[in-house]
Amino acid sequence: MGQTITEKIFAAHLRDTPTPENMVLDIDVIMCHEITTPIAIMDLVEKGMDRVCNPSRIKAVIDHVTPPKDSKTATQAKIMRDWARRHNIKDFFDIGRNGVCHALFPEKGFIRPGNTVIMGDSHTCTHGAFGAFAAGVGTTDLEVGILKGVCAFRVPRSLKIEVTGTLPKGVVAKDIILAIIKKLTVSGGTDMVIEFTGPVVEAMNMSSRMTLCNMAVEAGATSGVCQPDIVTARYLWPFIQDEYESVEQAAEAFSRWRSDEDARYEQVVTLDVTTLAPQVTYGYKPDNVKDIQELEGAKIDQVYIGSCTNGRIEDIREAAMILRNQSVAESVRGILVPATPAVYSQALEEGLIKIFMESGFCVLNPTCGACLGMSSGVLADGEVCASTTNRNFNGRMGKGGMVHLMSPASAAAAAITGVITDPRRFLN
Amino acid sequence: MKEFGGPAAFIDRNDINTDEIIPAKYLTEITKKALQPHLLEDLHLEEGQFDPHSPEMQDARVLITRSNFGCGSSREHAVWALEVNEINMVVGQSFARIFRQNMFNCGILAVELPSEELDRLFALQGKVTLTVDLDKEQLTATSSAGDTTQCSFTLNPFDKKLIKAGGWLTYADAHY
Ligand code: SF4
Repeated sequence: MGQTITEKIFAAHLRDTPTPENMVLDIDVIMCHEITTPIAIMDLVEKGMDRVCNPSRIKAVIDHVTPPKDSKTATQAKIMRDWARRHNIKDFFDIGRNGVCHALFPEKGFIRPGNTVIMGDSHTCTHGAFGAFAAGVGTTDLEVGILKGVCAFRVPRSLKIEVTGTLPKGVVAKDIILAIIKKLTVSGGTDMVIEFTGPVVEAMNMSSRMTLCNMAVEAGATSGVCQPDIVTARYLWPFIQDEYESVEQAAEAFSRWRSDEDARYEQVVTLDVTTLAPQVTYGYKPDNVKDIQELEGAKIDQVYIGSCTNGRIEDIREAAMILRNQSVAESVRGILVPATPAVYSQALEEGLIKIFMESGFCVLNPTCGACLGMSSGVLADGEVCASTTNRNFNGRMGKGGMVHLMSPASAAAAAITGVITDPRRFLN
Repeated sequence: MKEFGGPAAFIDRNDINTDEIIPAKYLTEITKKALQPHLLEDLHLEEGQFDPHSPEMQDARVLITRSNFGCGSSREHAVWALEVNEINMVVGQSFARIFRQNMFNCGILAVELPSEELDRLFALQGKVTLTVDLDKEQLTATSSAGDTTQCSFTLNPFDKKLIKAGGWLTYADAHY
């Protein structure tokens, strides 16, 4: 019988099977950021186990609150920095070179098809876009990963989503993933890997695939994954050109990881996007999703464009297209946070930053910041934010604040009007 | 191995997320103890207020809740916030994967029961205390009104090994 991509990756990384239901895997890439790692470091130091399995498998970044906002966050950054130096971790990104982990690490070419990846961060699933098994874990799993290079998982089940039809103008990957979460609910993917397939996904660039995989965890999934193909190979080409003769040959080599035709799925869901409208969340759960028309006119106080979901250059272009020659409504605070320094400088080069600034947006340095309500745009009690991030939990961006999740285009449209607005009104 | 069970507190809601269990603003803490006063401080219930500092919560060693408990962020702080409040087990219909794994990794019990059995627990009157027999995979709830009810549960054998080892770090250090 055929295997899914996840089954193939598990088989290739199997270290131990402590029970028939559980597998301990060798982990290729262990990612660390300054919110969940310092406490792991402190614990390992305290236990006399301050070692790392292999410094070249560890990628570390200070991204959540950078520059630090107070002495506590400065201390977290310092613990990371000292640790990276102590263990000779070369791939460590500090201020000036740092950006949101799930945007920065792909840009550096760290994730390859067939890899296993863990991080103390639930949106690690983003890296599944490269045909890898990438899962968020807690601090104890991270400690064991750092120390031993392994992590335990239950034998995964897979859920296949086939995205078919033709994507209408003004509707993008973010709308598709919100529609999928609505369909699956916040727990519909629990203990499963969501495979995003079908012609619409095949036609997507890596940025859109990352947006899809990023929010797999919002449906409760262990991870999301896309089949590696020529698009993957083209993206990775600068990093792999010494390993393969051509992009086509790399794509051919990656195809060994693709799910077999006769692989078994727990569930197969088809989503035809031909008539899909831009989607937006309401309330406090990411599966509370409606067509944007139903919420048009709802007042907002802030617009936030950024994060690991939608802070890449493609997202900034999408929003800039709508903001060009427009101004941010007087009642709105617009905040743009390019996800990485490379995204920022590309946006500068393309004149996009100018469009944002002329429209009245505030442009910040790469960081997670307000996405998790820690800095750089925290909401006041009762305020509402139109946001391109991935979580609308009560208080996520500040106690008493409310978040409507949407695409960069929809967020830009809301910035102009001050209310939730169908972005297609600005496209002709 | 830890003792499991004790006085229970009931939280009747699905999909309680880790932002509600411990808000992100406390993630800058670098000791577990600092999380202690903030457990569930942002929890909203559909009807009625939730008071994280109620006497019931102060006494609780066990939480009884509904489905998909601990969804959202991977922060283990959510489990530590339980741990430093001496909560040694959570009973619910289901858990989010990372949260459940974090529980067992820390040597704390996450017990899944079918919704009908949970209904029986929620229906108990007065103060409720749980005792657990880990080997038999059985829990007994006794209410101050004198009612007793028993439920069987199944633990994944690996999770049981982690509980017995006192957590994943100890287990992994011994095995890999
Ligand atoms: S941008 Fe938001 S969701 Fe992404 S890693 Fe940062 S805090 Fe998490």
